Amino acid sequence: MLNYDIVVIGGGPAGLAAAIEAKKNGVKDILVIERDRELGGILQQCIHNGFGLHVFNEELTGPEYAEKFIDELKNQGIEYMLDTMVLDITEDRKISAINTENGLMNIHAKALILSMGCRERTRGAINIPGTRPAGVFSAGTAQRFINMEGYMVGKKVVILGSGDIGLIMARRMTLEGAKVEAVAELMPFSGGLTRNIVQCLDDYNIPLLLSHTIIEIKGKERVEGVVIAKVDENRKPIPGTEKHIECDTLLLSVGLIPENELSLKAGVNIDPRTNGPIVNESMETKVKGIFACGNVVHVHDLVDFVTKESKKAGKSASKYVLGELVEKEEIIKTNADEGIGYIVPQRIRMSNVDEKLELFMRVKDVYKNVKLVIKADGEVIKEFKRKHLAPGEMEIISLNSSLLEGKQVSNISVSVKGA
Amino acid sequence: MYDVAIIGAGIIGSFISRELSKYDLKTVLLEKDNDVSNGTTKANSAIIHAGYDALFKTNKGKFNALGNPMFDKVCKELDVPFKRIGSYVVAYNEKEIKTLKELFKNGKKLGIPDMEIINGDELRKREPNLSDEIVAGLYAKTAGIVGPFELCIALCENAVENGVELLLNYEVNNIEKTKSGFKITSNEKSIEAKYVINCAGVYADEINNMVNKSKFKITPRRGQYYLLDKSANGLVNSVIFQCPNEMGKGVLVTPTVHGNILVGPNSEDIMDKEGTQTTSNSLKFVKESASKSIKNIPFNEVITTFSGLRAEPTGGDFIIEESDTEGFINVAGIKSPGLSASPAIAEHVVEIIKEINDGLKENKDFNPIRKEMVRFSELDDQKKAELIKKDERYGRIICRCENVTEGEIVDVINRLVGARTVDGVKRRTRPGMGRCQGGFCGPRVVEILARELGKSVEEIVKSNKESYIITEETKGDIDYDKKEKKLALS
Repeated sequence: MLNYDIVVIGGGPAGLAAAIEAKKNGVKDILVIERDRELGGILQQCIHNGFGLHVFNEELTGPEYAEKFIDELKNQGIEYMLDTMVLDITEDRKISAINTENGLMNIHAKALILSMGCRERTRGAINIPGTRPAGVFSAGTAQRFINMEGYMVGKKVVILGSGDIGLIMARRMTLEGAKVEAVAELMPFSGGLTRNIVQCLDDYNIPLLLSHTIIEIKGKERVEGVVIAKVDENRKPIPGTEKHIECDTLLLSVGLIPENELSLKAGVNIDPRTNGPIVNESMETKVKGIFACGNVVHVHDLVDFVTKESKKAGKSASKYVLGELVEKEEIIKTNADEGIGYIVPQRIRMSNVDEKLELFMRVKDVYKNVKLVIKADGEVIKEFKRKHLAPGEMEIISLNSSLLEGKQVSNISVSVKGA
Repeated sequence: MYDVAIIGAGIIGSFISRELSKYDLKTVLLEKDNDVSNGTTKANSAIIHAGYDALFKTNKGKFNALGNPMFDKVCKELDVPFKRIGSYVVAYNEKEIKTLKELFKNGKKLGIPDMEIINGDELRKREPNLSDEIVAGLYAKTAGIVGPFELCIALCENAVENGVELLLNYEVNNIEKTKSGFKITSNEKSIEAKYVINCAGVYADEINNMVNKSKFKITPRRGQYYLLDKSANGLVNSVIFQCPNEMGKGVLVTPTVHGNILVGPNSEDIMDKEGTQTTSNSLKFVKESASKSIKNIPFNEVITTFSGLRAEPTGGDFIIEESDTEGFINVAGIKSPGLSASPAIAEHVVEIIKEINDGLKENKDFNPIRKEMVRFSELDDQKKAELIKKDERYGRIICRCENVTEGEIVDVINRLVGARTVDGVKRRTRPGMGRCQGGFCGPRVVEILARELGKSVEEIVKSNKESYIITEETKGDIDYDKKEKKLALS
């Protein structure tokens, strides 16, 4: 049995930031386990820029952003294993993992940080009928083929879903010489960042078809075309609006799902709204000593926020190992009210909160000129004005801990209110 | 000159070829696609029916009853997943209870063991997620589930090991009767054989009609399915059928041998023999219909949908006989319960050959045992550790959803009847079968296939010849070595 103070599962941006922060806070024996052939996670295939504006005040590419953390990890002398897969974890933080060099390993950790990230929703998950030819890729898979393996996946492309990966891939395919016929989006608004719509679609005259979906995939062996249709307010295809688009490739950017199969094995409970673990202010799950951060908890829009959240997890895990985390205390629950999809963290123990309490959330719809209203046990404690809110952009609010000082609060809710 | 040419490497052709490999014969198995198990065998309910359903005195009834008990042995010999989990036909009203009783009676006549009719409450005790509307059920203990493509591939592998020749990409476009037998022609080359066995599935009519005066027609009867994530495991623990009607056995809900849940099929006659697309109306029907028998099916955990084509013959029963041309045997219209009947059909076909050939000499070297499959995720820790020590490629997980190692993928590529395509790898050892549907492992599998087969990545296909995955290299010289090598070669 190998023993570590902290084991971090996943060497993407979340795991890297958490491990570094834990080390900085005085924990020595840390191991990062990464299943891929290099550290950095999905950032390594995100060769476009736009990363790091919040954390580093500069615009970096994905690999550049990752490199900063990888360098830091190495400078800090933190141990890591590549090409290593965790097969199982238990509630008492025993890990079984394999790789080619060490074979099967049993590892025990005083604290465990889950940072496995997320996976893409598939064609099957959204039930697009039709044939099952080659040429249907999730946008991330296509991105890996193109940016990491050096292979193009198609020449005439339709993209379903206007999340950020879909938008980025529309530009990437175009730059590689493919013709992107259209980006279809089921919702009446895009799920991606506004800057990506401008820089990836508008700049290349790629049409964004809002309130459209793909109702059939055609082609026996390779994709030969797709049938798109307009949808009504209930997102049902409107008969008579069907249109055939000839293409050889369909990319799907239809959502990301946190990968929590391992978390479930350890008895971590999952919030159905985020599909990630229910966590507290310290990014600790229901299971003592098991922490989680990054896209495994909830899908972020910017890696900068992943870094921020993961530093918190790393710091908390180190506190846990050093016996500094306050465990017994009345718990405040957070409550996603009117207009709010979810809030992370779901549980708060004020003693572990520094001067600011940060709440990460997503809204359910597009709103203009509204207020985010924060209530403690039904009483308004703070309001934030917002000019523009969209489900594609994560909202972070920062509350002074003093607002809750001396109060016996059991519930904090957030809602969207018209101005 | 071959002794026997079998047309079609689906479950029937494969079973017959393995059965014939027990004899001293020169047998060839002809398959139009680039892999075996590429038609109906890869897309069906994967059920080994107990056998009470098909009518007494029909081929379907006879061979299902005979076939079911044969699965334990063959699946053990070939290391194929098979589980006897039992089945229930459920009834909602008096009329359907009558149907259950008829099925029971028919089953008795056919000699089906271990059946009982139980009431709704008892049923829900055993299967708690069954609908409260259900009033009774016919239980059949001997029903089972199998991996149909695994079985088909294993049969071919064992047949080839025992001397059968397999010709892939061999699409028969003409058959002529000659003095000594038959001349079979494809685009590639012609072959001659003394006997021909037609196991061409939905194309069996076209093959038959090339030679025989007596024609028949096969109508593709499409069925569509949902496959649910393993997280839905436990929804039901046995096969749940609805009462059969004239279009088939209705929509069923069943676990698969790998722990997923399968829901389907509907039933619709179509014209196109390649028409394996799914449609929103049929999928909607399957969903609604299944929801009548099972409460709270987690349709939000669907990982894929697919459809398969039953080969519906004129006359409705299996056609298993020597045709009006001597030495030409039809094994056609093998729709449900064809998979369940397949081992018995194969034995029977060998009997037919024996009869026209005046006996057959045994193949003394016949080895019924197929080299064991490695299923890494099912091994205990000690075995896992040993395996990685022996071959480090078992220490590298390629498919993270199903925990499939590089070692397993390399093994299925390099076996007899090895995988040549991404889907071929998937059917043999499961990368891409899981919830991410190959999103993560797809590029890695392509890379391993190219490496093991000595091909370029651009040459690797998903399934059939034209199902290319990669169009070209990107503009940038990402891998100088690769470019250099290419230049050197040209």
